[in-house]
Amino acid sequence: MIPSQLFAAWPKDAFNSEAVNDAISQLYGQVPQASDRVKLKTPEIAENGAVVPVTVSTAIEDVESISIYVEGNPNPLAATFELTPYAVASVATRIKMGETSNVVAAVYANGNVYTAAQEVKVTIGGCGG
Amino acid sequence: MAIKGKAKMRGDVVQVKVLMKHIMETGLRVDATTGEKIPAYHITEATCFWNGKEVFRTNLGPAVSKNPYLSFKIKGPQVSDILNFTSVDNKGVTDSGDFVVK
Repeated sequence: MIPSQLFAAWPKDAFNSEAVNDAISQLYGQVPQASDRVKLKTPEIAENGAVVPVTVSTAIEDVESISIYVEGNPNPLAATFELTPYAVASVATRIKMGETSNVVAAVYANGNVYTAAQEVKVTIGGCGG
Repeated sequence: MAIKGKAKMRGDVVQVKVLMKHIMETGLRVDATTGEKIPAYHITEATCFWNGKEVFRTNLGPAVSKNPYLSFKIKGPQVSDILNFTSVDNKGVTDSGDFVVK
């Protein structure tokens, strides 16, 4: 069917996790700690849950990875960003949210996981049919 | 089909904005006529290269919106350098685009 090497790097278990902290533990093997140095920007109200803009940035040094989660989605992990030494710790994307819930951003640096969370109210969900 | 994108020099940082074209099917939706689940179909990985070196990589799940948008910043590339961006989905279909740093 599909050549397995294409998936070699794709963290399947983390994407299949059903809780934010399970996915974080699958990805980084760490328990997260909340930090105000993780800057998470989302709209307070998302009229269309199918397209919710999310920006994550941090002044924490030596960031290796950034990931974005939606607490209320069946599988919370939406995306991970693997930063090389060339990359600046500032990423943005657009995600789907099925219902009103917290969006969580995780930053992995120096063996620690730092998180920030923010609630987004969803008027029309973007995951179902 | 090519991935669209822009790379702009701001000080010593290059701001890259990318728009990929993909349905990003979640695997949770049910086909109204057959009553069967529509299988997940989404981009899994996308990588940005500069001079053949990986500078940024992302793993995407089906919760990323249709036609994924990405914005990121890298240091190193200079004006008129070329960035190559490639993606692969869970059926192994690849796509790519080249952006000149402006």
